[in-house]
Amino acid sequence: MNQTISLRVNGLPETHEVPANQTLLQFLRETLDLTGAKEGCNEGECGACLVLLDGRAVNACLTLAVEADGREVTTIEGLGHAGDLHPLQAAFLKHAAVQCGFCTPGMIIAALGLLRDNPDPSEEDVRWAMSGNLCRCTGYRQIIDAVQEAAAAMRGDPAPEAAP
Amino acid sequence: MLLPSFAFSTARSVEEALELWACLPDAAYLAGGTDLLPQLRLGKRAHRNLIDLKRIQSLSRIRETEAGLAIGAAVPLADIARHPAVREHYPLLVECCRRVGAWPLQNRATLAGNICNASPAADTAVALLTLEAGVIAVSPEGERVISVTGLFRGPGQTCLRPGELVTEVVLPHASAGWHGSYQRLSRRQGMDLATVGVLVASSNGGAPPRHRVSLAAVAPTPLRVADAEALLDREGPRAARRAGELARDRCRPITDLRGSAEYRREMVGVLVARGVAALSGPSGIVVPGAGGPGPRTPDPGPQSQGERP
Repeated sequence: MNQTISLRVNGLPETHEVPANQTLLQFLRETLDLTGAKEGCNEGECGACLVLLDGRAVNACLTLAVEADGREVTTIEGLGHAGDLHPLQAAFLKHAAVQCGFCTPGMIIAALGLLRDNPDPSEEDVRWAMSGNLCRCTGYRQIIDAVQEAAAAMRGDPAPEAAP
Repeated sequence: MLLPSFAFSTARSVEEALELWACLPDAAYLAGGTDLLPQLRLGKRAHRNLIDLKRIQSLSRIRETEAGLAIGAAVPLADIARHPAVREHYPLLVECCRRVGAWPLQNRATLAGNICNASPAADTAVALLTLEAGVIAVSPEGERVISVTGLFRGPGQTCLRPGELVTEVVLPHASAGWHGSYQRLSRRQGMDLATVGVLVASSNGGAPPRHRVSLAAVAPTPLRVADAEALLDREGPRAARRAGELARDRCRPITDLRGSAEYRREMVGVLVARGVAALSGPSGIVVPGAGGPGPRTPDPGPQSQGERP
């Protein structure tokens, strides 16, 4: 049973006919070819599929495409691009907060959702906000450092003199 | 794994939701969907129709009523946890909302959904039992108030009738100011159900203070332990260990992948004692593994809640 939905994805208007049982994740990946958000566990436990829905981080695997009708969706593709990186992407690169990269889009979206709410998070805040994101290569330390540095950059704080 | 086929309807009012349920076959109400969608995917539930509640304005607000603070069935947990009146008067609920899954899930999951799912491990249930909250349930026959204590019948089972819709969860004025700490053991901090959850709370006013002890994940339903509460009311914190023993004897845990029945039973005793100690400690007790992920309420002072903008 198909329904027509109209939404904005990364700022662009989209109107599509979608099956009622299609998840927002499937819609993004299969219809719009936005494959940044990943299918990990498909039950809301790994955070690889996070996107912003009206500015809030949600699991796209637990959201139906029809539920996004009339809403604004931001995926990792809506952030920076090569040569014009978002401060979070730049900080993840600088801190080597990436190994295989599968969890990275979800990590960055979780961090973005946090920083919209709380531009100056403590390490505890970052750990709490990212606790729904799994990295199986392990490397949470670098990820936390990257988020805190990006937060400082986004606040306009002067950059630290030397990286540790 | 794909979701099975179903049709999706959007209700714009409670009346419309009830009408849709009555005329659509095999229908279910959809709030946050964080339990329902995985259950559909795994075949644990089957529905040919989903009725979305999230566009019903009257279910998307938190309002003061004569009975107390009423939380709409479509309000996400994250909004409850940051609502000024909830933070000021019901810090226990804030703490428990912030322990459900992880933050992205809390941006979707709802309080009504968490308790209607009736998991024995529901984190918000222990807060609602402690606060003696009620739910407002409506059906074509009318509206009724059900205490959260009376709502749970067993794992996944409530006393709601087919098609009956929970519209609001009501936190009574009389429970304002109850404080305490949620002692929760789980395999990891985020995204896992409690292996054992224990909430020990005491009243704001009154001398001597009154106590409540609620348990999660150690019986077919979340439960209160009345005799442990009465003992603490009579004897205060020095009865912590004996209160733990009473709670240990009252729980009926099972063995599953998260822990054995014997482990859970022993931990109930330990966590009740820790919870009592945390009530009177100058800043609570920092217990590894029992602390909340991220900013939470380590002690009951209203200044310590880590208010976010």
